[in-house]
Amino acid sequence: MSSAAVVIIAILTLAAALAAATLQKLMHATLSFAVALVGVAGLFFLLGAEFVGLVLVFVYIGAVAVLIVFTILLTRRDVGKERAANWGGAFLAVAVFGGLTWAILKTQSVAVVAPHIRLVTVKRIGEALMTSYVWPLQCVGLLLTAALIGALVLVMEEKP
Amino acid sequence: MTPTLQLFLVISAALFSIGLLAALSRRHAIFILIGIEMMLAAANLNFVAFWRFGPQTQPPIGVMIAIFSIAIAAAEAAVGLALVIAVYRHYRTTNVDHLNQLKG
Amino acid sequence: MINQSIDGFLHPNVSKWVDQIFVYTKHWLLTWLTAAPGWIIQTVSSLINIFALLGVFLTLFALMSVLERKILGRIQNRYGPNRVGPFGLLQPVADGIKMLIKEDIVPARADKLVHFMAPILIAAAAILALGVIPYGRNMTPFTIDGGILFFFAVGSTTELAVFMAGWGSNNKFSMLGAMRAIAQMISYELPLIITVLPVVMVVGSLTPDRIVAAQAEYTFGFVPRWFVFTPWGTTAFILFFVSGLVESNRTPFDVPEGESEIVAGHMTEYSGFKYATFFMAEYIGMFAITGLAATLFLGGWHSPVSALEFVPSYVWFFAKLSALLFVYIWLRGTLPRTRIDQIMNFAWKFILPMSFTCVIAAAVWHYAGRGLRGWLWSLVVIAIVYTALSMLLDTQRKFAPRVYRFAE
Repeated sequence: MSSAAVVIIAILTLAAALAAATLQKLMHATLSFAVALVGVAGLFFLLGAEFVGLVLVFVYIGAVAVLIVFTILLTRRDVGKERAANWGGAFLAVAVFGGLTWAILKTQSVAVVAPHIRLVTVKRIGEALMTSYVWPLQCVGLLLTAALIGALVLVMEEKP
Repeated sequence: MTPTLQLFLVISAALFSIGLLAALSRRHAIFILIGIEMMLAAANLNFVAFWRFGPQTQPPIGVMIAIFSIAIAAAEAAVGLALVIAVYRHYRTTNVDHLNQLKG
Repeated sequence: MINQSIDGFLHPNVSKWVDQIFVYTKHWLLTWLTAAPGWIIQTVSSLINIFALLGVFLTLFALMSVLERKILGRIQNRYGPNRVGPFGLLQPVADGIKMLIKEDIVPARADKLVHFMAPILIAAAAILALGVIPYGRNMTPFTIDGGILFFFAVGSTTELAVFMAGWGSNNKFSMLGAMRAIAQMISYELPLIITVLPVVMVVGSLTPDRIVAAQAEYTFGFVPRWFVFTPWGTTAFILFFVSGLVESNRTPFDVPEGESEIVAGHMTEYSGFKYATFFMAEYIGMFAITGLAATLFLGGWHSPVSALEFVPSYVWFFAKLSALLFVYIWLRGTLPRTRIDQIMNFAWKFILPMSFTCVIAAAVWHYAGRGLRGWLWSLVVIAIVYTALSMLLDTQRKFAPRVYRFAE
């Protein structure tokens, strides 16, 4: 992995995220959010966690982005205009970013380069999921079922 | 030049603060949800970056946490969007400034 | 004895050389660049792969667009296009020229950026999905460890692009068509992935190369070990094929493009080259799904008879691909369109339980030993669930004999 690739993908991601946070039109903001997620998946690929990147594209863009788009369609009065960002929020976000970056750049122990690692194959992840992480797996399955049933109950209209 | 861990942490801090900006400064409920999802993605990036640059354990912990976090984020997005639709049906607005019935 | 005589006739090195001719060509092209740094060699190698892939599949797309019309014509007892070139085979050239010189009309109040990006995104997703399929021995363009997951992840971005097309046109028909298309695609994405699950389970890997390698030998010396010859494999193959038909929006499931109902669905406001891009994306999506079906169930590039192994591997792969595409065209010419609620019912009430049964049947096949006993037990599992579903889904009511009422 080279710094150039990381920086290019990071600039794309952050530009798309900034567009998603500040664009006026809802649909454009959602679509740039999808582009930002593709950028994050690219960063995961560069970090060697390909499975996580693929799951991110699959779940976030294939499902969450489509959900968001459907919700925008179902809840529009007049799709489009939004007021500009307010300054309190922008100031707080910049302050948080400044604080975090100062803390990161001051810490010496994180100025390390990447060690050589064994490739994380899907086989290793599968084995880990079925042996050490089997309880969290079942809990997440239960959580997803409960969340989906809850979401359906919330939007179901009562039969007249 | 090889990238250090600091580069990835700064990127994820930037993504987190952009998500915070979206969540704090927007009126539409769906935008706040988008901001929250961005913050979750930034945290996932953090986990995987620390896993990559740190000591390697046998089950790859950072990767597993990121996978579970993505699944939970999807569940949370589904419930959040269902809430937005339910609120819209009742109040006919998605502007969170107008949802102040419990105030005072 | 047949093997020996054929191998003596064609020297074994000749068949291996013909089989690997594209791999050797690429290596020879790369020897011009041995002095360059590593990343340039990698980039050029990837570019050669990409251009070869694009060349082959765009030619196949052009050929298929005219062959489909000719085969449909023959099914309907007429000639297809036969004016341009010998037997009409240069028709794609005429179609291409027509599409390129058409005026590109964009609706005045359409969202320009979204309207422009939608066909590009759909075509990009379809072409990306082609990159992980093994086309022959050592001929996979890009080997990714989670290749099957990559295929489905890229395919799932198609839904967002279809929505962009429908919304960006600022047209109620487009929006309605896009909603129907997305509902159909999302419903059938789940059976598509779950029918792949038995194959992944049995092989133990998500890499298409390994899946093809696991179907290599022959039982009893002449029956190939393709997964389609096991009971769970046959069921999974049929369900995968049907789900692939729906995902590509082909008749009998082409409600999103129903010409007599909603003009052209999400593609209504696109003219000229952008419409051709949608068309191309649909066909390339079809190639990708049939390519994956051939890889997962039909043994990829292996030959069905061990005596015919001298035929190059890519010839076998494209023969299987062509056979599946012919079945697609045949179905288009034969079956009428289904209603959208019939499609949804079919997905959620029949295909999804059957695909879960395939997973269980594959596990039963594996644990009862992979021989005759496993075969029979998994057949029993599938037969029980199929009979139960047929009785439970109560089709008697809907298929009662017709009662004709005449005006008195």
